[in-house]
Amino acid sequence: MAHGIKRKQHLAAYAFVLPFFVVFAAMLVAPLVYSGYLSFFADRLIGGVSFVAFENYLRAFQDPGFLAGLGRTALFLVIQVPIMLGLALFFALALDSGRARGSRALRLLIFLPYAVPGVVAVLMWGYLYGKQFGLIGQITNALGLAPLNLLSNSNILFSIMNIVTWTYVGYNMIVMYSALKSIPADLYEAAEIDGASQWRLAWSVKIPMIRSAIILTVIFSVIGSFQIFNEPSLLLELAPTAITQSFTPNFYAYNLAFVNHDINYAAAIAFLLGFVIMIVSYVVQLSTQRRERLS
Amino acid sequence: MRTRASRTAVALGAGLLTTALLLTGCTPGASKPSTSTVSQAEIDKAMNTSTNLTFWTWVPKIQDQVDLFEKKYPKIHVKVENVGQGLDHYAKVRTASKAGNGPDVVQLEYQFISSFALSGELADLTPYGAKDIANDYVPWVWKQGVANGKILAIPQDSGPLGNLYREDILKSAGITDPPKTWDDYKVAAQAVKDKTNSVIGNMAPNQGAGWLGLLWQAGVKPFTYDGKKSVTIHVNSPEAKKVMAYWQDMIQKNLVTTDPDFTDEWYAGLNQGKYAGWLTAAWAPVFLSGAAADTSGKWRAAPLPQWDPNKPASGNWGGSADAVLKTSKHQIAAYELAKWINHAQEPALLFATEQHFFPTANSVLEDPKFVGDQPAFYGGQKVNELFAGISKTVDPDWQWLPFMEFAYTNFNETFGAAVAAHGDLSAGLDAWQTALVDYGTKQGFTVNG
Repeated sequence: MAHGIKRKQHLAAYAFVLPFFVVFAAMLVAPLVYSGYLSFFADRLIGGVSFVAFENYLRAFQDPGFLAGLGRTALFLVIQVPIMLGLALFFALALDSGRARGSRALRLLIFLPYAVPGVVAVLMWGYLYGKQFGLIGQITNALGLAPLNLLSNSNILFSIMNIVTWTYVGYNMIVMYSALKSIPADLYEAAEIDGASQWRLAWSVKIPMIRSAIILTVIFSVIGSFQIFNEPSLLLELAPTAITQSFTPNFYAYNLAFVNHDINYAAAIAFLLGFVIMIVSYVVQLSTQRRERLS
Repeated sequence: MRTRASRTAVALGAGLLTTALLLTGCTPGASKPSTSTVSQAEIDKAMNTSTNLTFWTWVPKIQDQVDLFEKKYPKIHVKVENVGQGLDHYAKVRTASKAGNGPDVVQLEYQFISSFALSGELADLTPYGAKDIANDYVPWVWKQGVANGKILAIPQDSGPLGNLYREDILKSAGITDPPKTWDDYKVAAQAVKDKTNSVIGNMAPNQGAGWLGLLWQAGVKPFTYDGKKSVTIHVNSPEAKKVMAYWQDMIQKNLVTTDPDFTDEWYAGLNQGKYAGWLTAAWAPVFLSGAAADTSGKWRAAPLPQWDPNKPASGNWGGSADAVLKTSKHQIAAYELAKWINHAQEPALLFATEQHFFPTANSVLEDPKFVGDQPAFYGGQKVNELFAGISKTVDPDWQWLPFMEFAYTNFNETFGAAVAAHGDLSAGLDAWQTALVDYGTKQGFTVNG
């Protein structure tokens, strides 16, 4: 009898998740399989479609554009992510300590850039970056400094880092802040009885307690870095020669598909990018887990 | 069945016309003759059958021309859709055309006609009588819409190159006449740099089409395409390098700036007199009077400086045509739309006066309403008349690659990057050449270059 009820419950559970799986299969698995399939072909303007097995993948490994794009995103990851998450953590701790006045307004202000649509943000920064007529240019002009071209080939990556940091600091701060809020108050009391200072409290209690939230933001940021697309795509108008077709791998895949009409190679690039993201995320997770075990 | 019906229609006399029309009627609206010529009766019938056409274009206010068309052919309903501009538009046209549900008529810039011709997406307009109107257009423009003996597009507007300059700034540099030759231009540029706070012009590193226009003027032929499998690519030919050596010197001496164009910075530069001139196309005079309204009355127009003053020449930058997609089920009506709005005097003249397009039809180029215009922005100079004259000096033998989308984006990161960095333009051309040859070869073309 009890067995029968359990089976019924199981069936009901399956019925409830079924709609999700249908959508998941149709909208995610099927396109993924299809683009995997596409990546084994080549469609040339002359000669049409032919099966080429792993040729697209081999080509990617020798494609200086793709490799340089990967290198660029790796550089982005190494520089921008620590800065952004460091700032986010600092703000979260500062707000949580209750020392900052008007912390609600501050929280909102820091979070606000995340609410600004990415397109608007990039256009706004693009304007600020203008060499001669932009705000930064005018300030350097007024100070009698040489005009700084923030949209030049060598500076554009850092300009993009700045935009991304500005946008996502608030978001990451909120994630960490809400984790801080859920730390049981008795831990603080215990630390206070032990005579811990605010700094000590932050370092030895708060940060370890929100460890999993921080790891989450790290993983999100790693994935986000490899998927940078909006910023180069929008800044292209303002810095047309600094942003190359293969500026980031994601942007490259788009250009290959829609500018160069090489959908098959674009699919291969997209798959390789997916693998790279998987590997890097896994390494990040693994290393944090190991550290957890060691401590 | 269909072709036989139309042949019958031509062969039989007027008495049997009704029968023929009945025969034609067996595939109502779906008229797709491929080889034979379409008879006037068939055209009349198509234009009197209730039909819905879709027209993809990004021309502003083109509804005005379409309204005129619908007034003339009340049975035809045209839906104008703007699906984006330039590359966005082309990507969507390709996708829709591949899926078989594309629009009937599409706007195409001249430089992209051959890439659509290659993939066989355009209908040959010859059977619909397009040959009959060939002589009504400036020859070089008409040739841009012809590939492999097939007429693929009806010209709408063009952009022969000229020189717009600030008379006041040149005057304060001691230059009273616009530079006649490129040597004069360099001398004037030096004077402008020495005596004013301006530069004689800006050479945008991202404007592949503009740079190609300058090569076009110099008689360089970097591309050829036979309409099938072979392309020739010679962007780094000695002739091209000679032109770029001139600009290398101009850039190295800071006689011109190299800011990207159509950006806020660039607009400000035009308004504030940073640039004393702009080597640009015939669509630019009106555009400029809006973009740099503060400087009204100070600008003048002239032909491009020449390499050989005895053989005045110009190139082209921009402009587009209207083509009919092969997937269209109403090709007769679609052709009539593409033809009528660009050929009949009223809508064609409207393009010149309302949209301020630079015309391609002889009748508009000679219309006093067009050539007699004396805009105050240019101190009352008859700018249209000047450019109408320039249009006749454009070399008719220029060809495009069937993959200009790639060519332009790659231009920006090779040659354009060299311009922006004030680097080696000759090496930039070499890099562009290598990338183009590589792409062409990978795409299966027989590349000569």
